[in-house]
Amino acid sequence: MINASIKQLSAALAARTISSVELTQLYLDRIARLNPKLNAYLTVQPEVSLAQARVADARLAAGNAEALTGIPIAQKDIFCAKDWLTTCGSKMLHNFVSPYDAHVIARFNDAGAVNLGKTNMDEFAMGSSNETSHYGPVKNPWDQARVPGGSSGGSACAIAARLCAAATGTDTGGSIRQPAALCGISGLKPTYGVVSRYGMIAFASSLDQAGPMGRSAEDLALLLNTMAGFDERDSTSLQREKEDYARDLAKPLNGLRIGLPKEFFAEGLGGDVAQAVEAAIAEYRKLGATVVGISLPNSKLSVPVYYVLAPAEASSNLSRFDGVRYGYRAPEYTDLADMYEKSRAQGFGAEVKRRIMIGTYVLSHGYYDAYYLQAQKIRRLIAQDFTEAFRHCDVIMGPTAPSTAFKLGEKGDDPVQMYLSDIYTIAVNLAGLPGMSIPCGFGANNMPVGLQIIGNYFGEARMLNAAHQYQLATDWHSRAPQGI
Amino acid sequence: MIPYWPYSNKVFTMSLNNADVRKVARLARLAMSETEIETARSQLSGIFALIAEMQAVDTRGIEPMSHAQDVSQRLREDVVTETNQRELFQSVAPQVEAGLYLVPQVIE
Repeated sequence: MINASIKQLSAALAARTISSVELTQLYLDRIARLNPKLNAYLTVQPEVSLAQARVADARLAAGNAEALTGIPIAQKDIFCAKDWLTTCGSKMLHNFVSPYDAHVIARFNDAGAVNLGKTNMDEFAMGSSNETSHYGPVKNPWDQARVPGGSSGGSACAIAARLCAAATGTDTGGSIRQPAALCGISGLKPTYGVVSRYGMIAFASSLDQAGPMGRSAEDLALLLNTMAGFDERDSTSLQREKEDYARDLAKPLNGLRIGLPKEFFAEGLGGDVAQAVEAAIAEYRKLGATVVGISLPNSKLSVPVYYVLAPAEASSNLSRFDGVRYGYRAPEYTDLADMYEKSRAQGFGAEVKRRIMIGTYVLSHGYYDAYYLQAQKIRRLIAQDFTEAFRHCDVIMGPTAPSTAFKLGEKGDDPVQMYLSDIYTIAVNLAGLPGMSIPCGFGANNMPVGLQIIGNYFGEARMLNAAHQYQLATDWHSRAPQGI
Repeated sequence: MIPYWPYSNKVFTMSLNNADVRKVARLARLAMSETEIETARSQLSGIFALIAEMQAVDTRGIEPMSHAQDVSQRLREDVVTETNQRELFQSVAPQVEAGLYLVPQVIE
């Protein structure tokens, strides 16, 4: 049952061979047993989850269930959920019990899904290894001495370790795709504007996008059907016709044109990752796809551009944490300015403070044009590279991350090295395109490798089709870590 | 020693000094000890070396891109849509009294 797809679970719930309460209890028992080792969850409230499961069972019995009714889903701790502790991985929000639901949470509640708990993450989603969480790092279930990736590392770990059926993540520079790759699961960052950011704690508003994480592309399509849609409470939410993201899953791949950017297969890419990704491309050729060489000449600038724009937006967004209306307040202070400065110094961790400092600097008088405006101009050049590339192909493929999961502590002292682990994912956020990662084999030390699939704007159904057909022909996505 | 550096081999000299860092920390409302200022200066210099890669790019005539989708801001009717939930929202505040948020006295 713990390896079943959402579709299979849905069928079992409808046939009453298992109840949502039984399924929820099964996962809660696994969490109680395995979470002390893995640290994937920050908060579970068994009674709350089981109460939701009972409501779902009643709905199933009444015959008005939807695709996700009764399915236990883990929520990244960046989403505000009413009456749930919502920490965003930070000491700053150590006591913040949200008084309201994020749009994404409300959509899952309306669909009758069970909230299984809140998953660990890098503090305020700033990190690529989950080591910046105030509540300790998540362990990679394939090797507990290694990181799960980040920032949605708790969600990726929970899926890989079978501690939930599926989960949510958010992706500002790769935070869904990179942990999906490192933990051997599937994850999708939709086109910017497809999923509402209401109630999702803001990091870099022009880049942040929520998306589904799960064990297969088919599961992701069902999850995205629930998550996507217009919401007037997010000013960047797009007004579009409702889509069924599962509509193209069964289509054959004959004639699919895959673009391979030469910059993604150059120096810096691990040999083991290159080998697995090339084998996946060979499999796609067998499935009827054709391959075309493309170039994204400005993509290597995406890391410097990102480390201007994201910290600039973060420094503004995080100015709301001042110890007045919610969150942490320093125990001792002399006056108002001292209260602000001490509350923020004590409530934020090192990486968050570092990014606030970068952002404050690049936005300060005398530096705005040289840094912020120049970064926004190069952002357009990066987006234009993709527009040109998509004239020659339907999807772009390459590695998700340059290496498999690294060891805990390995990159701790060098922020720049950590930033370079997102070198293949960041350009997608800057352009606002959809991107996903699916498992495509194993590299050094038997750690999972992720294949990145990048689509054109609103190309999610096409990407999910490409991913699903690959997953019908291979079984990398159904492998589970030993001893779990 | 940086094992992988995909950019040019120029050596960057950063002009960031401790006084700059202290000023930025003040603007960001972050209390910092002298030791923390020194650590921050050295780490920020590394990050600004990375960012400096942008300076060589010719961007004359390129429009800045501020958002992923070039759409204009949506406007809504100027009507009240939220109900008053003051007590609920203040239940998560560090210090409140009689419906007001308490902070140290600013005006004598």
